[in-house]
Formats: sequence, structure tokens, C-alpha cells
Amino acid sequence: MTAAEDPARLRYLEETRLRRARSAVLDFIRRRPLGVAGAVVIVVMVFAAVFADVVAPYGPQEGTFSGLPEPPSLQHLLGTDAFGRDVFSRLLYGSRTALLVGFSSSLVGSTLGLILGVVGSYFGGKTDEIIERFMDVLISFPLVVIAIAVIAALGPGTTNVIAAITLPVIPRVARVVRSSGLAVVRMPYIEAARSVGVRAPRIMFRHMVPNVFAPYLIMLTAFLGQAVLLEATLSYLGLGVVEPEPAWGNMLRGQGMQFLDQAPWLAIAPGVAISLAVFGFNLFGDSLRDALDPRLRAA
Amino acid sequence: MQRYVAGRLLLMIPTLLGVAILTFLIMRVVPGDVVALRYSQAGAVSQDVIDRERRLLGLDKPIQDQFFDWMGQVVRLDFGQSLWTDRPVTEEIAARFGITLELAILAAIIASAIAIPLGVLAAVRQDSWVDYVIRVVSIGGLALPSFWLGILMILGLVVFFRWAPPLIFVPIWKDPVENLGQLIWPALSVGYRYSAVATRMTRSSVLEVLREDYVRTARAKGLRELWVVVRHALRNSLLPVTTVISLEFAFLFGGLVVTEQVFNVNGLGKLLVDAVAHRDYPLIQALVLIFSFVFVVVNFVVDLLYGVLDPRIRYA
Amino acid sequence: MFPKRVGLTLVALLLASACAPSGTPAGASPTAAGEKPQSGGELLYIVTAEPPTFDAHQSTTFATLQPISPHYSLLYKLDPADNVSKIIPDVADGMPTVSTDKLTWTIKLRQDVTFQDGQQMTAEDVVATYNKIINPPQGVTSPRKGVYAPVASVEATDKFTVTFKLKYATGSFLASLASPWNYIYSAAKLKQDPKWYEKNVDGTGPFTFVEYQKGSYWAGKKNPSYFGKDKNGTKLPYLDSYKAFFITDPNRQTAAIQSKQAMIEFRGFTPQQRDQLQRALGNDLAVQESPWVCVNYITFNTKKKPFDDARVRRALTLAIDRWSGGDALSKQTIVKDVGGLMRPKGPFAMSDADLQKIPGFYKDNAKAVDEAKKLLADAGVSNLTFNFLNRNVTTPYEPVAVFAINEWKKIGVTATHQVKETAAYLADLRAGNYDVGLDFNCDYFDEPDLQLAKFYSASGLGKGLNLAGYDDPKLDQMIDAQSRETDPAKRKQLVWDIERYAMGEQAYQVPVLWWYRIIPYLKIVRGYVIGSNHYTTMDMANIWLAKQ
Repeated sequence: MTAAEDPARLRYLEETRLRRARSAVLDFIRRRPLGVAGAVVIVVMVFAAVFADVVAPYGPQEGTFSGLPEPPSLQHLLGTDAFGRDVFSRLLYGSRTALLVGFSSSLVGSTLGLILGVVGSYFGGKTDEIIERFMDVLISFPLVVIAIAVIAALGPGTTNVIAAITLPVIPRVARVVRSSGLAVVRMPYIEAARSVGVRAPRIMFRHMVPNVFAPYLIMLTAFLGQAVLLEATLSYLGLGVVEPEPAWGNMLRGQGMQFLDQAPWLAIAPGVAISLAVFGFNLFGDSLRDALDPRLRAA
Repeated sequence: MQRYVAGRLLLMIPTLLGVAILTFLIMRVVPGDVVALRYSQAGAVSQDVIDRERRLLGLDKPIQDQFFDWMGQVVRLDFGQSLWTDRPVTEEIAARFGITLELAILAAIIASAIAIPLGVLAAVRQDSWVDYVIRVVSIGGLALPSFWLGILMILGLVVFFRWAPPLIFVPIWKDPVENLGQLIWPALSVGYRYSAVATRMTRSSVLEVLREDYVRTARAKGLRELWVVVRHALRNSLLPVTTVISLEFAFLFGGLVVTEQVFNVNGLGKLLVDAVAHRDYPLIQALVLIFSFVFVVVNFVVDLLYGVLDPRIRYA
Repeated sequence: MFPKRVGLTLVALLLASACAPSGTPAGASPTAAGEKPQSGGELLYIVTAEPPTFDAHQSTTFATLQPISPHYSLLYKLDPADNVSKIIPDVADGMPTVSTDKLTWTIKLRQDVTFQDGQQMTAEDVVATYNKIINPPQGVTSPRKGVYAPVASVEATDKFTVTFKLKYATGSFLASLASPWNYIYSAAKLKQDPKWYEKNVDGTGPFTFVEYQKGSYWAGKKNPSYFGKDKNGTKLPYLDSYKAFFITDPNRQTAAIQSKQAMIEFRGFTPQQRDQLQRALGNDLAVQESPWVCVNYITFNTKKKPFDDARVRRALTLAIDRWSGGDALSKQTIVKDVGGLMRPKGPFAMSDADLQKIPGFYKDNAKAVDEAKKLLADAGVSNLTFNFLNRNVTTPYEPVAVFAINEWKKIGVTATHQVKETAAYLADLRAGNYDVGLDFNCDYFDEPDLQLAKFYSASGLGKGLNLAGYDDPKLDQMIDAQSRETDPAKRKQLVWDIERYAMGEQAYQVPVLWWYRIIPYLKIVRGYVIGSNHYTTMDMANIWLAKQ
């Protein structure tokens, strides 16, 4: 009787796995305070986005049109902008836009990158070569040209901003995934699966994807923050989410920049929100990387 | 090795060709017309004037004819005339190339100057408060939108010193003070931003090296910690760091768009934004091609360097 | 003495400055009466865009005029002391002699005018210049060709006399001869190459060309052989030299003036930029403000349902409370005055009392809203939704659009703000690929022929200009009639009829608010009068710098 067949031993293994998972989370919390801080920021942001309707004292486009921004007060915690709209409320609704842009572009971009990376590394040869060349083209393209092309061709709006931010993510993730994939493909069990006639999609999905999931996840969190930042950058170039829809980017570059001297709260509020969000995603992503990448664990 | 180099060089061709075709197609699909734009400022320009001008510029030709005309020129290294200013594209680019090059180099220097010491320090003091502070500071560079950082820098200079960076570019060999006075600020803002990734890279590669056997041996031999770090860890971790910084340099070259705008630096990024806004096809095509070229070449050089510096890597 | 913790202090300062009272605009005092102009010095000014071409004949942008006009003269020009409507001779020697049928205009030229290459200017040069504008040769465009449609011929009747023959009399011809775009070029140069002036400079203006560093600056220095003299007989220009810096980012522009790197910007700043500079520079700053010959139009795509229905268009213009909007928007962007198709407070402006009778200009907004709702109901589109096309330029397009969208909500109309990059926006407007759009128009002069040009039928004279796409022969006739009316009082009445018809009854294209020009500048700059636009009096001949 081998050890593997012993029920007691199996139960023991099962319990250890659970305990290991639980302790991994605890370990993360204990060992990576920065990662926890990042997670807290993300949770707050998600909360703000989900409950914006409940938490926000005013509607995002609601205002008495007075012509001058009002400084922070009890009625308006972060003041109002020149259209009399409550900055705090716009900030909360803006977190919706930020999360929507951040999650959808990094999720879609990273996943497409994952697929291309896995397919390329699995098949190799011509397929890989073609994908690689295409990724080279995409990666060496300046972002503005992509952004303007997408937004000018498809028209403005949040969806197209997302599309513009998604495109540059794809080749970057594809490259990283491909290099991890190349290592996995040479593993004996893939060879074995192939030889017994398991079909390619199944091998890729069951065996390759789980093995390249760590770099995928790391890239995904890194791009979450970058997407929020990119939206703001596109706004500066006049290509971001448009008024009167609330978005941190257009708050910062529009009235924020125009009233920098007279009403700095208009710039400070969205500026801090953007920075915090990027901070949060990056701190979390970094710690996640450290936790997932065994080579970097402290000896 | 030679075969590898030749192969890689040959591979650049399809990439650049792909970039050229894609740029060409994208810009023609995107609505907008340089002639209509040129006359958009004042009211009284009739459609006849615009049609006539379009014919003069050859914009009424079928798209494939335009493409082959252009490719024919490019092969002879003639990038044509700017549709906006009617000057040779090469002249437009030459006027700005040096500025962007200098800015990108300065930014890369600043990024390394920040990243290497901070990264090493963070690794040596892993998981201590020093490590945390360094990581927070370096992520800070990533977290600020670049235009916001730039505008705050200029505002700070104006408010506190009643001084703003010079408006006119002077080559560094003519007047280094004036030159740096203009370019150091955008370089700082970009350099800080790009140091974030490099710091992280330095930290993790030093961590990795510190755990290698030969470092342990060195430590065991009783060598001083500082010496161990400098002699072994830093030297061995330089390779990935150089990689990151060179790759960022390649990105920087096409990625200074916003910074140049904010600091009013007359570089290629600003030129690209204007060219795209004007639908100045020949200029856009040439610029994108240049950015891609720099990118591809830097990537290639980095790969070669890897081979030279790291004997473990062999080219198949 | 520099603060140690710059970062923190900066934030503190930002917060503190927010609480300080905002500055109030100083009265316009360009040149105190009797002040004697001083010679010398270098004028440093900002130009907010780069010239696409050096040839003003082919340009439509101020970015050509502002840095390049100092090199050139015109036939006639706006008096720099007025800069609105008073036309004075430039290279002409006195005002034109007009025949009694008003068809022959004879103009004597000064004999002391030389080009910067030393050659004397004669009638041949003026004729070549105007021929290039009126009948551009192959390979050259002339965007304002249509303005000179009444001209039958231009001839040199002797070495220093030019005669214009007209096909029909027009009230706007003198203004056309004072167009800031019509630089006098050398006949010899044009003969050699009609495109020569696109990339080279040779004029008879007060400054000679020194250097142009692309994307950075344009420089000129005093032309010692310039013919101009001021009323005391002092040779012009006063300045030794000038530099025009090209700066696009608005915050950088403000910083340049605040740090005294530049002295003035001639296009116009926002009220916020003005207030910031005023607070920072105090007594070193002067401000001039004036209504501008620029306006935003709401343009309805009359080829698209339901905007082909005048009731719907009228309802949409009725909903907009321009009077209170002007008050509020003037605090945050460059619009202010309420007006019809002609500049408010300008020579052709309708009185406020008359204007308030036109739909969309009522003082009583509640009444207007009721009327608008009724019109929409009659047209069967009570809960109208549409896309509102705009360009991605913040000042003033973004706030103006947000304002209009807000006003439309009051009558149950939902407009989706569709912001496109300028190139794509223009393409859509021109192709009629939009519902309702925010358009604009800017001119150098209060002149109905210029401001009404875009109201001609879309398939006739208004081709490419009239973006609303309608054809209206009645309106065409009305516009022609005012153009040919040479009695100023009668002409005004005709223009007002057009306003009542085109923006009231039909509401094809309706003005939102007229732009308002604000020029904050260092007080040492003297001799510039704001006038009505940012195109004219840019030759800088009369500008001087006060010694501190």
C-alpha cells in the first residue's frame, strides 16, 4: 500500500492544503502590510463605486448653475465646481468610471494577451512567429496614435476610451505570458498529454493556463492602476471620458486645471483620487507578485 | 551568433513594414482632413477651395495609389512633404529629434540614478521600514498623472522662485546651463516616473542574487556586507536593470507626448500630437516609423547585450 | 530664504490662495493720454499656435498673423488707436477716391515704401498682390477669394496709382481692402514663384525677419527703412525687436507671463488666467477686455428629422436662457455678451430691447420654456433625445456645451455630449453626419458680409460654410440686398430683418453667446488697444515699452 492510497493520509493532505491556503492569506496580511494597504484602497474604491447612489449627497450632474466654484463646506464636503456640481459626489460617481475603465481594459487586454501568449507558445513555429510579429508592431506603436485612431474612428465615450486603453495592454501581457509558456510547454506532462491525443485546446486550458496564471495576474493588477492613469492622460489630450459624465480625468484636466489658482480643490480632489487608486493597485500588485513568485521569498 | 544577428535584423523588416501599413491604414480610416482643418479657423472658406487644395495635395487619389507612392518614396528615404507646413518631413523631424533624444537620455540617467541605489537599499533591507518607504516613494512616481506633476512643478517654480524654465531651446554644447535649465524639469518628472519600474527590478534582482551560493560563500568568508553587495549583488543585478532602463528609453522616445506639451518642449512627441491633430499623413507616418525603429533597435541591442554580458544565454 | 519643504508649502499655498478674494479686472488703460512713447526694447509675446504657412493670403489662422504681420504692410489698416472700425491708410496715400456710381475705386500709393530687399514698392506690387488673392494661380489657394467677388479688375493706372473696378457697388469694400490677411507682396517675387511667400518673408512692414525656430519662437528686428511715422514725426516702429513664443498649454502660458518671460498674449485669456495673473503681479499687470467678433453657433442639421422642423429648432433655442448664462459663463470662460448675428455693442448690433423680442432671447425664461414645450408637443417630439456634437477644445466649447445641455433638460430634452477631436468634428459637421452641433465663427471686422456668409444656401454660395445644410432663396436674397445697400442706416435695418428671420423664425443656426476677449499683460507694454478681434493691428508698429 502506497502512501497515496492511504485515506488518512489523503485526508491529511486535504487538510494541509486548506490550512496552507488559509495560512497563505494570513501570511500575506502579516508579511505584506503594503499589500494590505493597497487592498484597503481598492476595497474602498469598489465600495464607493457600488454604493455611489447611496453615499453621494448629490447627483453627479446636479447643480445650481452659479458660475463660480464654491470652497469646501458642510453642504459640499469637497466644494463645488463652476457648474455648482458637488465635487465629492462627482468623485464617488467618478470611481465608477475609473473602475469600469480600469477593470474592463486590463481584464480584456490581459486576457487577450494571455490567449495569444499561450497559443503562441504552445504551437510555436509559424503561428508563434506571426503572433510575435503582430505583437511587435502593436507594442512599438505610440499610444497617442492608437488612442486618437480608436477614439476618432469609433467616436467618443467611455467604451471607446476603454478600447483605446485595452489595445496597448495586449502585446505586453502576451510577451510575458509567452515566455512563461515556453518553459511550460517543454514540461514532460504536456508532452505526455500530447502523445495520448488530448486535444490542443484542452491542454492549453487545463495545463498551460494554470501555469502561466501568476504572471497574468501580476500584469493584470499592474495595468489596473495604469488604466486609471491613462484615462487621465487621454483626458489631458482631450480624448478621455467627456463632460458632463463624471470621471477623474476630465475633472482634473478640465475645471481642475482651469481653476488651479482660484479653486485648487477642483484639482486636488480628483488628483488625489487618481494617485490613491494607482497607489492601491500597484502596492497590491507588487505584494501579490512577491507572494506568488517563489524566487523572491525571503530565505 | 552571426546568423542570429542577421536573423534578428531581417525580422525588423516585417515589423517595420507592418507598422507602416497599419499607420497608413489607421490614419486613412480615421475621419478628418488636413485641408478642412487648415481653413477651419475663419468662416469664409468654400468647398471649392477645399476640393481644389485636396487635389493639389493628391489626397483625392485612390488609397492604394497613395500607399504605393509613399512606400516608393520611403524606400528612397524620402518621407515627402508635410501637408500642414508644406516643408520636407525630414526637416520637420530634424528640428526636433535632438531635443527629444536629449530629454530621453536625461530621463534615463535620472531614472537609473534614482532606481539603482534605492533598489539595492530596499533589497538589502528587505521587509523593513526602509524597504516600505522606498517602495512607496517609487510607486509615487507611477501614481501621479504626468501632466499634473508637470503643471505643479512649473507652478511651484513660478510661485516660489518667480522663475520658469527657459522657453527657447539652446543646444547643450552652446549653453549647458540654459539647456539644462529648460530640460531638467521635464527630465525629472519623467525620470522619477520611470524609476518606479526600474527600482522594483533592481530590488528583486538584487534579492535574487543575494540568495545565490557564491554570495553566501562571500558572506561566510567574512567579507564586509557592503563589499558583498557592491561586488557581487549589484554587479550581477545590473543586467536586468540595464534591460529595463533601455527598454524604457525606447518607450520614452515615443512616450514624451504629454510631458513635452506641458513643459512646452519642442520635441517629437509634441510634433506627433500636432501631426495627428492636423491629419498630416506623411509626418505621422514618418514619426511612427521612427518611433518603431528606435524601439526595435533598442530591443535588439538589449538582446545582444544579454548575450555578451550573460554567458548563460546562448543564441540558437 | 527659499522654503525648505517646497512640496508641502505648495499645497498649503494652493489651499490658501483659494480662500483669498479673487481679483477684479482693472480698467482698460492702454496708454495714458499725453504719454510720450519711448523707443527701444524687445517685445516678448505668446502665440498660442504655430503658423502652418507664412503666406497670410492662404492662411485662416491668427497663428500666421500674430508672429508674421510685423514684416508686412497692408493697403489700408485698422487704426491701432481704435482697432474696431476706423480704417486708415497703410501703404496707400490717403483714402480712396470713389466714383459716383461707386464702381471705380482709385487709390494713390505712398512713394517712400521699400521692400526689405531694398526694392521700391509700386502699383505693380499691389496689383500682383490683389490678383493673387482674387485669381490665385495654379497651386495656390485663396480662402477669401469669395469676399472679392464684386471685383471686376485691378489695374495699375500709373506707377503709384491702383484702380479697382467693381461689378456692383458694395458696402463692405473698404473693409475688404483693410483685411489683415492681405499682406502686400513683391510682384517680382510672385512672378518668380507664386508660392515663394509660403516659406519666405519679404515685406514692407516695420520689422525685418530674423529667425524662426520651429515649435519655439519667431523673431524680428526693427526695419530701419520703414516708412511709418507717428503723429509727432517720430519714426516707427518704437521697438528694437520682438520675439513671439509658441506656447500651447494654457497653464504654461499663464506661467510665462507670471514669471515675466513674456509680456502679452494677443488672442485672449480666460477669466481664471486673468485673476491668477492679477493676484500674482498686482500693479505690474494691466488688463483690457472687450466683446469679440467671435461667436458659438448651435447648428441644426436641417436635413435630419426632426430638425427639419422649424418648430423643433425654435424650441431648442427658446430653452436657452442666454442672459443668465452669459453672467455665469463669463466667470469661467471666454464668453459673455448676448447678441444676434452681429457682435453685441458693435456698429451693427441690434438693441437689447429689439433682441429680447426674438425667440431665444426673451428675458422671461419661464415663458420661453412654456413656449418651447408647446412647440415640441406640436411637433410631436416632446421627449426629444439627440447627440450634441462638439470639438475637444476646452475653452470655451466645453462649458458652453454643458450649459446648453443643462438648459435643454428644462424642456425635457436629453442631449448627449458627443465630443470629437477637431479634425473628426469638422469632418462630421461638413458631411452632415450629426444631429445638432456646436459651431463657431470668428472675423476681423464687424461686417455683415463676413458674419452672414455662412447663412447663404448650402448648395449655393454657402457651400462648405453653411453647415446646417438648408437652402433658402429668400434668405439668399436678403443677404445679397444688405450687401449691395450702401446707406449704412438702411443696411442695418436689412441686417436686423435677417437676424429676425434666420435665427428667430427659422432658427437654422443660432448664436449661444458671443466671445469676450480678455488681455492681461505686463503694464510696460503700451500702445496696444484691444479692439474687437485678435487679427488686426498685429504689425506692432505702434507698440512701445515703458522703461521701469
